[in-house]
Formats: sequence, structure tokens, C-alpha cells
Amino acid sequence: MSASSWTWEDHRVLPTWAPWAAGGAGVAAGLLALLAGVALVVAVLVGAAATVVALIPWSLAVEGSRRARDRMVTLTVTGAFALAVAPLISLLYTVVSRGIDRFDGALFSESMRGVVGEGGGVQHAIVGTLVITGLATLASVPIGVMTAIYLHEYGRGGRLAKAISFFVDVMTGIPSIVAGLFAYALFALIFGPGVRLGVMGAVALSLLMIPIVVRSTEEMLRVVPHHLREAAYGLGVPKWLTIVKVVLPTAFAGIVTGVMLAIARVVGETAPLLITTGAVTSVNANPFGGRMENLAVFAYNQYSNPGVPRDPYIARAWAAALTLLLIVMVLNLVARLVSARFGVRQR
Amino acid sequence: MSQPSADVRDANATDAPLQAPLGDAATSAPAEAPANVAKSIEARDLDIYYGGFHAVAGVSMTIRPNKVTALIGSSGCGKSTFLRSLNRMHELVKGAYVDGKVELDGRDIYAAGTDPVAVRRQIGMVFQQPNPFPTMSIYDNVAAGLRLNRRKIKKPELDEVVERALRGAHLWTEVKDRLDKPGSGLSGGQQQRLCIARATAVEPDVLLMDEPCSALDPIATVAIESLIAELKERFTIVIVTHNMQQAARASDYTAFFNIERSGDPGRLVEIDETQTIFSTPASPATEAYISGRFG
Repeated sequence: MSASSWTWEDHRVLPTWAPWAAGGAGVAAGLLALLAGVALVVAVLVGAAATVVALIPWSLAVEGSRRARDRMVTLTVTGAFALAVAPLISLLYTVVSRGIDRFDGALFSESMRGVVGEGGGVQHAIVGTLVITGLATLASVPIGVMTAIYLHEYGRGGRLAKAISFFVDVMTGIPSIVAGLFAYALFALIFGPGVRLGVMGAVALSLLMIPIVVRSTEEMLRVVPHHLREAAYGLGVPKWLTIVKVVLPTAFAGIVTGVMLAIARVVGETAPLLITTGAVTSVNANPFGGRMENLAVFAYNQYSNPGVPRDPYIARAWAAALTLLLIVMVLNLVARLVSARFGVRQR
Repeated sequence: MSQPSADVRDANATDAPLQAPLGDAATSAPAEAPANVAKSIEARDLDIYYGGFHAVAGVSMTIRPNKVTALIGSSGCGKSTFLRSLNRMHELVKGAYVDGKVELDGRDIYAAGTDPVAVRRQIGMVFQQPNPFPTMSIYDNVAAGLRLNRRKIKKPELDEVVERALRGAHLWTEVKDRLDKPGSGLSGGQQQRLCIARATAVEPDVLLMDEPCSALDPIATVAIESLIAELKERFTIVIVTHNMQQAARASDYTAFFNIERSGDPGRLVEIDETQTIFSTPASPATEAYISGRFG
């Protein structure tokens, strides 16, 4: 038929439930394979293949090659998404199912002081994690945000800005254990070797946080439209006040998100804290008062050096991991509330 | 097209009961508001550069107080650049500088030791895209200039300034019940009037407008134009526009900028009373441009 004489009746489309039907067929095929006794991974592959086989030839026959290709790409993208999310769901499931055993009141009300075998809690580790991460955040946010303001608002393209930008990139790549060793070496110079303090952990973590805060804040400042700055300048507002009262509030939600990402990145750090804050069994909320436990190190120690019997130690490790996960989630939730409350509102 | 602009303004002046309280304050009560005789601007041999690029060459013109001066010309002829040089906004671009003088009532705004921030407090600006601060409410937007510049200001006094500015921008009746809502929720035309209210709230002497209507529909444009006619009672206004009808309707004086070839600096061809420019311009280039025979 010539190009000019086509009608829309020649261009049929599969019903909207077609992909779901194909997906259902895929799931069914996967379950059958599982019943037949193959491994889980193989069953998933069988299901994916079945979905493709169910949908693509059907689409090719009814809709033609353009839509068939579109469906193939859609399936690939969906598959990639599932592949990316699967480990996350698996991780959440594992942590929750194993951690829930010891996720009780005693976990939060007791420390490990004098505990051998069963019982005990992670109160000391929660306190330590909050104090160390809080201190690190307190140090990193002003330094990071102000560095980003310098880089984007003042130093644009200058030699100093380029140098700072380069070193921030280098800092992003520092292995966390190196940050820990640096903090240890720094404090050992002052207090002598063998020193263990909560604040040392905070220093190590802030080394890891600062570059993340700088990069994300810089990105957010870049998004603030230039015409807002001009509007303020046009009112005769000085530059620094424009940044404080117009630019930062506009970028606030994004900056908070960046800070949260940085916190989430360091709150589970183990290696640098192992060498800087050490391990201890009782509650210590004073960052300058000797050893301080934290959740990641606690989970690591319980898991790697369990006593006899092993089970209570392993259960405590998982419960500590679950607590850590919940802390990160709660922080994220708070950050979202904060940025929704103070960020740019639409109407 | 080249109708006498005075008629239009008279018509506006007579049917503006909405604005009566402000009109009274502006004309009959000089004790109330700070000096309402606006200032003039004098540019002398002004050359404007962006780094190595010579954008505007040899502009000399007088901008008369309490008049509307329109800058017209094709794209890239330097009229916006010239406008932004009048309150030192253009130097925000890296490498931009000027050579020559711009005098505000005889004081050179480019004199050594002059703070550009102080200049901008006296010469305010309204931009092409309405740009209310997205984190601030309508009230806070209008109050922004005062709050950010003067530390302490009493709430009743601020209320009064905000109301006066919003009334002056013909926005008060539309927003008086939603002053605490974000300015970004307003329509484009309302946002632009909010920006005008924000610029006038700090009581500058001169108001620069960079194509204030080009992002607005015709009805919002008419609203802004009638507003401009009232604002010149209190301010000296310089407006850049691509719309020649707008220049004819809304301005007292018109300056025509032109550029010989692409890459050359823009030059001022002529400036005269708007009626003259649109009826008997001195330069054939101006005539070609306003009659639409231009490139």
C-alpha cells in the first residue's frame, strides 16, 4: 500500500493489559520452574525469558516492528530496575527478619556492661553513634556549605577555587580507613599513642562528609536561578545578604538532602571508628571521655568475636544493624519533613 | 501606530479611581513620602565592554526626571546592556566594565569609591521574567528590600509600606487576603506587578525596566503600561522594549539604538520626544526601524 493511503485501522495496538498478561505468564513459568526444582536464580531467568517470549512475538504480529522494539526496550528497562532493587529488598528482608528477634525493650534500655552471653542491649552504641555522627555533622555542614558558597558564589573559575575544587575531588576518593588513620595520627601527636576518643571518630567521619556536602551544596547553588540573585541586587541588597537571605533559602531543601546523604554515608562507617573510638561496653556520652561504642563497630565485634554460645551475640549484631537502618530512615524522614516545611513552596 | 501617547496616558489618569489614596499621597503630601521629585540620569560618552567585546559605544543621553524614556532597537543592539549599566548591574558579568560617565543628578555612579550596592538602592530594576523570591510570601517579597537593607523596622510601619507599594502596583485588592501565600502562586502578570511593588517599596529615584511585558499576555501588558504612566509621578522610568507600540503608548521620550554590522558595538542613533521619533525621526535608520522596513 502506498504511504498516502494508510488508515488508522492498519495500526492496531495490543490491549493495555497485554504487558501484565505477559508478566503473569512469566511469573507462572518461573513458579513452575521453581516447582520443578531448579535454583531461584535460574527460575527468575526462566520467568524473564517467558515474559519476553509471550509478549514480543505477539506484539510483532499485531503491532509491527516499531512497537515490538519499544516493548522490548520497556521490558529491558523494567528488568534492569528489578535487578537494581532486588538486592535492596533482599537486604531489608534479611536485616529485618534476623534483627527482629532481639529488637526488644532491653535492646534500647541496656548496655553491654557486665553482660556475658544472653541479654544486654545497644544503648551505649546508639548513644555513641548519635554523638559521633552528630559531632561530625556539626563540623562538616558549616565547613562544607561555606566551601561550596565560596566555590560557586565568589571564587568562580579563579585559581584558588580550582585548587579547592581539585582537593575536594581528591577527598571524595579517600578510603575511609585512611581518614581513620589520619584522625588517629593527629590525636596521637597530641595525646600520645593508644588514645581513643569519640571526637577522634567525629574528625575521621567529617573528613568523609565534607566533600559530599561541598559537592551536593555546590550543585544546589548552581540550580538557584541567576535572576533571583539579580532581583536582590536590583533592590540594593549586598551580595552576602543576597546569599544568606535569597540563595540559601531557595536551595535549602536540596542542601538538606545532600547533608542527609552525607550522614547516611558515614553513619554506618566501621573501619575508621574501629581505630579511633575503640570499643567499650558501657554508655559514654562524652566525646572527650575515652572510648566510645557505636552501632557499626558493635555489630562487627559481636559478629566477628562471638562468645559461647554464639547465638545471642549474632542476634545482637543483627538487632544493631536493624537499629542503624532505622536511624538512617528516621533521619531521612525528618529531612524530608524539614525540606517540605522550609523549602520552596509552590502555592 | 504613532498616535500621540499623551492621549493614552490622560485616559489612564482619568479612569484610575482604584489608585486614589496613593495618588493623593504622591501629589499632595510631600511630608508623607520621601522626596517625590525623581532624579535625572546623564550618560556621557559611555562605552560598555564585556571583556574584549565592545558592546556599546559612545552613548550620551539625558534621561529626564519623572518621565518615561523608552529604549528601542533590534536584538543585540546594546539597549539592555546600556540599561543595566545605569545601575551597575551589568558588571555582575565577569570581565564587564564601562568607560565614561553616568551621572545621577550630577553625581557619577562610576566614581572611584562608589558602592554599587548604594547605587542600586537609588536605581531599582524590574526584569523581563517576573522573579519573585520563591521562598517568601507575597508580603515578604514586597518587604524584602526594606528588611534586607534596614535592620530594624517596626511592623506597623512595614505593613503600611507593603500596602502602599501593592496599591501602587494595582495588586492590593487581588492579594490582600493572601499576603502570607507564596508569590510564585500568582499569575505571570500579577507576579510582574508584585516585582514592581517590590522595586518601588524601597523608594528608589529611578526605575529601570528590562522588557517588563515581554513574558506577559496583552491584558497584563495593558495593566503594566497604565501602571507605568502612574509610576512616573514618583519615579524616573527607563524601559527597554521590543514592542514599538508599547514605546509609542507608554513613553515620553524614545531612544533608538542600532548596530551597523554584527560584531560592531551598538550605538545610540537618536533620542527625542516619542511623538517626534514616531512621526518625524531625524535619522533614516530610525524611520526604517519604526516603519518596519528594517532587517
